[in-house]
Amino acid sequence: MNTRSDLSPTGNAAGDIRNQDWYVDKFFQSAMFVCGISAIVFVIGIFIFVFKEGAGFIIQQMDWAEFFLSPKWRPTSATQATYGTLAMVAGTAAVTVISMAIALPFSFGAAIYIAEFAQGRTREWLKVIIEMLAAIPSVVWGFIGLMIMNPLIIESFDVPIGLNVLNAGIILGLMAAPIITSIAEDAFKAVPDTYREAAEALGATKWQVVYKVILPAAKNGLLSAALLGVGRAFGETMAVLMASGHALTIPGSVFDSIRALTATIAAELGETPVGSDHYQALFAIGIFLFTITFIINMTADFIVRGIKNQ
Amino acid sequence: MNIQENQPDIAIRTVSLNLWYGQFQALFDVNLEIKQGIITSMIGPSGCGKSTVLRSVDRINERLGYVRITGAINVLDKNIYDVDVDLAQLRKQVGMVFQRPNPLPISIYDNVIFGHRIHRPPGSKLHRDEEDGIVEAALRRVLLWDKVKDKLQRKATLDLSLEERQKLCIARLLPVKPAVLLMDEPCSALDPKGTAAVEDLIWELRGEYSILLVTHNMAQARRTSDECVFMLMGRVMEHSKTDDMFVTPTRRETADYIEGRYG
Repeated sequence: MNTRSDLSPTGNAAGDIRNQDWYVDKFFQSAMFVCGISAIVFVIGIFIFVFKEGAGFIIQQMDWAEFFLSPKWRPTSATQATYGTLAMVAGTAAVTVISMAIALPFSFGAAIYIAEFAQGRTREWLKVIIEMLAAIPSVVWGFIGLMIMNPLIIESFDVPIGLNVLNAGIILGLMAAPIITSIAEDAFKAVPDTYREAAEALGATKWQVVYKVILPAAKNGLLSAALLGVGRAFGETMAVLMASGHALTIPGSVFDSIRALTATIAAELGETPVGSDHYQALFAIGIFLFTITFIINMTADFIVRGIKNQ
Repeated sequence: MNIQENQPDIAIRTVSLNLWYGQFQALFDVNLEIKQGIITSMIGPSGCGKSTVLRSVDRINERLGYVRITGAINVLDKNIYDVDVDLAQLRKQVGMVFQRPNPLPISIYDNVIFGHRIHRPPGSKLHRDEEDGIVEAALRRVLLWDKVKDKLQRKATLDLSLEERQKLCIARLLPVKPAVLLMDEPCSALDPKGTAAVEDLIWELRGEYSILLVTHNMAQARRTSDECVFMLMGRVMEHSKTDDMFVTPTRRETADYIEGRYG
């Protein structure tokens, strides 16, 4: 038994004896292979499906200038339907910017505290609680936006409606914060401890160590954390739909209601005839979203790879 | 007495120093007098406490959080465990060189000026020319200037050899004018050529700084130090002139260790 694999030059061990071990081994190898490539299959499958549904519209009807530059989204107009996404793009962008303005300082601060200052128990508890934040379903966040933030914003800022850029931005910021925090914390943890020791031995205080050594060393990881946060905020649907007011306007201030790209698809897709122009236009938006989040994630991934190769 | 001269002969004096890592006692009643301006080496088998002594002198071992100490360590006649001791100030006086060269992931220039910038009084700013001068002087002192003068703004962790990195780590201590340099096996990661170069450098710095050097390498202790401390199981066994210790050790444990019967 124990001599057979030692002699095999290829390492493809027990090639000669097809006993039970051999079959079990082969079975699990194949099973794991299928699991491994299924991710690729699904991504390609989803892309093909979304593209197929939207392709006809993009190739034949779509006016590119109108799609990207017109704020008028009137898919149901009987006489002259227009498919402009500019207002939605502006809305999504505004909400994303506000959410990052809220999430980034908090998340990076939290990550610095957890990775560099917190000790033992505190650190473990904080990590668990922050991960719990990530587990709250988005419809619950939307509910909070609708029922708590809405009256709060109306009262605090004396504005007529609280379902607006600010509301959706705060909600999205809170939703993106746990992801940003945990990736940023990983980035800090990846900084070798010898750097901290070296800087402290030179007389640096903890804060000097953080901002003169740790932050520069972790900056790529932080950038990628921020990008993934942007991706999260950008692609979120339900909470935005509930908290943003769903009004088709280019926002002039944070107190304007907006409509997000994702929310438009969610709200309208169920009520359009399959295959109609409207239906296909919604899929065109889907392709647009898909492309942007894909680019964001790829960029984040390349940045992370950049760290490892340093 | 030499109180008025402000220059005590003893750079580091430990007084019945006991140290625990959690429940484990690593040092027992260590009394050492490390003289100023010379090189003192510490030898002994792994786990004998020589690095622990070293890392207590700039209190860097407190990073671990579970270290407890009784006794005193006086650096230039000031007990560094007094409540009024400023850690930053202590670490300005006492520079440390680590086993693995650990330049910071910033430019070579910034590495050298790092300590100086930290210890500058808040608000004061040095002219760029003055900083340039400080960096050049420090790099010249460690015989590294000619090799790196064209890439001062390159990241220090990128393309320096281990020997060059270790020299850089010594260079960055000099701008703040420390009195004591602690070296924790500074050559153990280097090849023989690098070891020779760094040993030469250590010898160069002799006189200007009081150097305490931990080493695993008895030949190195013999080559580079004026005095030698032999430690075993957390206790100081013997402390004498290096030549005396290697020729006529007074204790049997020392003789056995030097002759390689254990360790």
